[in-house]
Amino acid sequence: MTKAAGRIAGAVLLAFILSGCSGVQSALDPKGPAAGELARLIWFFTVLCTIIWVLVMGVVAGILLRRRQRRLHDPLRVDQDEERTISRVVISAVGATALVLVGLTLLSFFANRTLAGIGEDAVLTIRLTGHQWWWEVRYENAEPNRILTTANEIHIPAGEAVRLLLESDDVIHSFWVPSLHGKLDLVPGMVNTLTLRADRPGIYRGQCAEFCGAQHAHMATLVVAQPRAEFDAWYDEQLKSAVEPSSEEQRTGRDTFLNGPCVMCHRIQGTPAGAITGPDLTHVASRQTIAAGTLRFSRGNLAAWIADPQGIKPGSKMPVMDLDGDQLNAIVAYLESLK
Amino acid sequence: MKTRVLLLMLLCVAIPVAGCEREERNTRPDPALGSSEQGVPVTTLAPGGERPSLSDTKAAEFENNAYHLSEGKRLFDWFNCSGCHANGGGGMGPALMDDKWIYGGSIESIHATIRDGRPNGMPSFRDRIPDDQIWELAAFVRALSGNASKAAAPSRNDDMMAHPSENRLPNATTLGKSP
Ligand code: HEC
Ligand code: HEC
Ligand SMILES: [Cu+2]
Repeated sequence: MTKAAGRIAGAVLLAFILSGCSGVQSALDPKGPAAGELARLIWFFTVLCTIIWVLVMGVVAGILLRRRQRRLHDPLRVDQDEERTISRVVISAVGATALVLVGLTLLSFFANRTLAGIGEDAVLTIRLTGHQWWWEVRYENAEPNRILTTANEIHIPAGEAVRLLLESDDVIHSFWVPSLHGKLDLVPGMVNTLTLRADRPGIYRGQCAEFCGAQHAHMATLVVAQPRAEFDAWYDEQLKSAVEPSSEEQRTGRDTFLNGPCVMCHRIQGTPAGAITGPDLTHVASRQTIAAGTLRFSRGNLAAWIADPQGIKPGSKMPVMDLDGDQLNAIVAYLESLK
Repeated sequence: MKTRVLLLMLLCVAIPVAGCEREERNTRPDPALGSSEQGVPVTTLAPGGERPSLSDTKAAEFENNAYHLSEGKRLFDWFNCSGCHANGGGGMGPALMDDKWIYGGSIESIHATIRDGRPNGMPSFRDRIPDDQIWELAAFVRALSGNASKAAAPSRNDDMMAHPSENRLPNATTLGKSP
């Protein structure tokens, strides 16, 4: 390979790697105060440690390459001057190391203090429960009729702090939306509290960050930060019962849903389906993804998921069911209308 | 000498690798559609002497499979069997941990009980639970009375336990009797 080709290849590789640093899911592209604090910490640590590494490597190289001095004197004779220089170098290196360590510890302590202070004015409390392999999202409210349950997509008002109570139904999961905050575990039998705040409206992707079984990789979530008015409108819309079917096919779909296995696990508010072991489907068509970020929401993907969840997400807790083509189409038509 | 060391190293790799894939996790029914529709007699009494017992092809596949047993345990909770049978100890429905079976204790009979229901209050889960999941439940119900292999039955719960874990439950048929 010529030198130029090598350089071009290097540049392409670097561009490729760096392109991963921005976008909907990146700790290096912070979109909230917590992530900003963490990104500052990451950069400071990286730069400082790089400088120290280069210095150490430089000294090591210097020692290796130094021309050996011809020593004429007796090796057992101690040269006081040289000894003094050596101990001065060693003591100042140890001192510098201690200083750097204490400095970094203090830095991380103050960053932690800032993070802890972010949530004091939280306007909203969301209970986020991890399930194998999806997220249950429940908006707490003092009025019971305004408590809202949905799945996999967390809407929040932009610019406002939101308190998340993290719980798990089965094994340990971890909630991590890198653009907004540092990761925190969802532990069975215990509640962890996290504050979420997005500075600007936008969609941020999150991912389960603690191995939790076969489909851990397919356990993603979206945080949708919206202006306050838009968020309130979304909330009121989600509180409503599911729309009534408007066509013959949709009506067949609802009846098939209610007569089939679906009612054993899913809830559709406004119908007799009230099970809570699977995601709430009352407004499933208003969501952007299916099965915790595994598929984009579309008619085709919805049909694929219901026909063969075990082909798309092997081991997932939704079984393959005995549906013929007409039943499948009808169910899909009905679910697609649940905006 | 060298070959012996090489063989030893190979053995060290081969033994752990042999432990992989202890059993297949079959999450997709085969065929995907259709369910067992075989009739199961409610009694062993029949005129004309003893007959060969009926056995479903699925029974063996589910009976001592650790994955299916643990899925059965989860579904027992998800589908609220506990609501009527408690954790196997019995409530409004009969106990499932003892050696008494009203409708037979074979996995095929239990499958038929769950699928078709029974007249004194056991609901029919036909069309509500896919067939493979009924087999998983049936296999788990048998584990409640110590009828599943100890190597396959579910072990310790994470929640409070109402009874010893299924792999430590005594076999109800032989309990308290000398062999
Ligand atoms: C045994 C319980 C069970 C049954 C029965 C069941 N589901 Fe599910 N379903 C689940 C679980 C669990 C998930 C979450 C899967 C995941 O993401 O890993 C799910 C996910 C879904 C989703 C995606 C929801 C989302 O927002 O991501 C749809 C749509 C769905 N099911 C429709 C159906 C339909 C239609 C039926 C009946 C034909 C059905 N389900 C039967 C348990 C069940
Ligand atoms: C509404 C209450 C109720 C629910 C829910 C229920 N059962 Fe039952 N079950 C009963 C009753 C009552 C009987 C006794 C029926 C009879 O004697 O005819 C019974 C009988 C049985 C038997 C037969 C026991 C024997 O001695 O032969 C089995 C097995 C069983 N149930 C398993 C289950 C499983 C598994 C589930 C969950 C999928 C379940 N049941 C859910 C009430 C219930
Ligand atoms: Cu996970």
